[in-house]
Amino acid sequence: MSIALQGAKPAREIREVTAWDRLKVNKNWLGAWFMLPAAAFLILFLAYPLGLGVWLSFTDARLGREGVFVGLENYDFLRDDPVFWLSVFNTILYTTVASIIKFAIGLYLALLLNENMPFKAIIRAVVLIPFIVPTVLSAIAFWWLFDPQFSIISWSLKKMGLITQNIDFLGDVWNARWSVIFANIWRGVPFVAITLLAGLQTVSPSLYEAATIDGASPWQRFRFITYPLLTPIIAVVMTFSVLFTFTDFQLIWVMTRGGPVNATHLMATFSYQRAIMSGYLGEGAAIATAMIPFLLAAIMVSWFGLQRRKWQQGADND
Amino acid sequence: MTDVLAEKAARPQRVLAAQANADHSEGMSYLNSVPRRMVTLYLPLGLILLVLLFPFYWMALTSVKPDEQLLDMETFNPFWTWSPTLKHITKLLFDTQYPTWLWNTMLVAVCATALSIFASVLAAYALVRLRFKGATVTGGLIFLAYLVPPSILFIPLSTVVYQYGLFDTPFALILTYPTILIPFSTWLLMGYFKTIPFELEECALMDGASRWQILTRIILPLAVPGLISAFIFCFTLCWNEFIYALTFISSTQYKTVPVAIVTALVDGDIYRWGSLMAGAMIGSLPLVILYAFFVEHYVSAMTGAVKE
Repeated sequence: MSIALQGAKPAREIREVTAWDRLKVNKNWLGAWFMLPAAAFLILFLAYPLGLGVWLSFTDARLGREGVFVGLENYDFLRDDPVFWLSVFNTILYTTVASIIKFAIGLYLALLLNENMPFKAIIRAVVLIPFIVPTVLSAIAFWWLFDPQFSIISWSLKKMGLITQNIDFLGDVWNARWSVIFANIWRGVPFVAITLLAGLQTVSPSLYEAATIDGASPWQRFRFITYPLLTPIIAVVMTFSVLFTFTDFQLIWVMTRGGPVNATHLMATFSYQRAIMSGYLGEGAAIATAMIPFLLAAIMVSWFGLQRRKWQQGADND
Repeated sequence: MTDVLAEKAARPQRVLAAQANADHSEGMSYLNSVPRRMVTLYLPLGLILLVLLFPFYWMALTSVKPDEQLLDMETFNPFWTWSPTLKHITKLLFDTQYPTWLWNTMLVAVCATALSIFASVLAAYALVRLRFKGATVTGGLIFLAYLVPPSILFIPLSTVVYQYGLFDTPFALILTYPTILIPFSTWLLMGYFKTIPFELEECALMDGASRWQILTRIILPLAVPGLISAFIFCFTLCWNEFIYALTFISSTQYKTVPVAIVTALVDGDIYRWGSLMAGAMIGSLPLVILYAFFVEHYVSAMTGAVKE
């Protein structure tokens, strides 16, 4: 640099490097400033409330009133509350059934979409639409589809002669459960399918060709090529799917509000009901806090249960 | 060396084009006959598509059907109408506060997305390229923040929002939505920034550019596809958010579309199905239109965030 400048007029005076100059290029100093906006948001509106939530669960706070520390009273109360245990049961049922079916149909749909066919791009784009449309708005459509009197599903089944009476989709305990699970699957399948499709497209076709020449059946090609190569992405997708299903609120709130007789209350809707509708913030916070261990367990299972070695992702050095 | 550079320079495009290029599926499909493909491919695919799309058809049909046809399924064929009406839609647009709700949603979504993208760009750049002390740990913490669901946070957040004096104002949503968006978009942008060759930055540093200049003049122009992806995905998430909007907003004039439809349009036992469906349809349209223009970006955002 100095050599280049020798001929020309020195554009700037050469001066001592000050401490300020050093600070300006210090990575830690710069890094701290660059991180500041994100950190401010996440600390003020995420980390602090998360801690506050755990604290609230040990107090008897009400809406509009500061609480005092009451120890494990809220948890003791919940332990004897059958509705709480019902909501735990519902949440686990909802998450397990919906996640398994979402995975099965999603994988099947991804395999179908991976085939070569006319209008492939358009079909793939259309598949994702249920995921784009806000959950609440599609939940309202399902609410109408599941109407006890004017349901088009009941009407069609009656015309086909399969049933004689309208099905009470959201009024009967088990019907309501299957109905909300169906709506959840409907919304989740596109996400699983499109992400798995992205994984499928990275699998080299020569592997299939080689296996076919060696006499592998379609099932063997799936079991010994597609599935092992896809496990890392399946792990991630299913972790997210389980996470979002477990903490679901919108679908239930719009379609049933937890009814009939609490049969579809998930832990999230139940905590909303206790904390915001009834005003028992402390109790609601305790329910929300009780979700954390379940959540961690669910994430662990889907993450470690499906995680495989890194070579499957094509990485060889780390 | 040059090979490595060329490969690195090609990577941003490769990420985007991965969908198109990696598509070798025609490989062995000639082995299947047409009737066989009908049964194994088109039939199941058609069925799944039918189920996936039927609710939207039903939504659209209900919003243009006259009331008497909605409730009388015996004299009129429920699957079609020959006398479509705009009554429900005009009623929704002129007799309710629907335009206000749409505007609120748009305002909140745009502001929250802009804030989040700004914070995420800085954070992602610092995490990927400044490599300050503790960058790896911070990156991990941000990923963990992505796993914290709103349904655990809304109770304490409502007290926090109240304390800060934001309750029942659009700011309550504008400032809380970024907690959902920042972790996601930071991870997405980190992935994009990694694909930009750092040799470019070294050159700029040699020429005396500051980090800020590098970010705004070199990194951001190269990361435009990533920014678009992050923007669209954040916007969709904002539009979709429900539990915060339900908890933090109580006056009707500040509500967002999803909350307002559920709380203000559903009155009593007489559901106004036509208006409800029209509201749901119009509320989804902006996202569907946006999606139609940016399918590739959307998909790469979704899969990119999962792959990272």
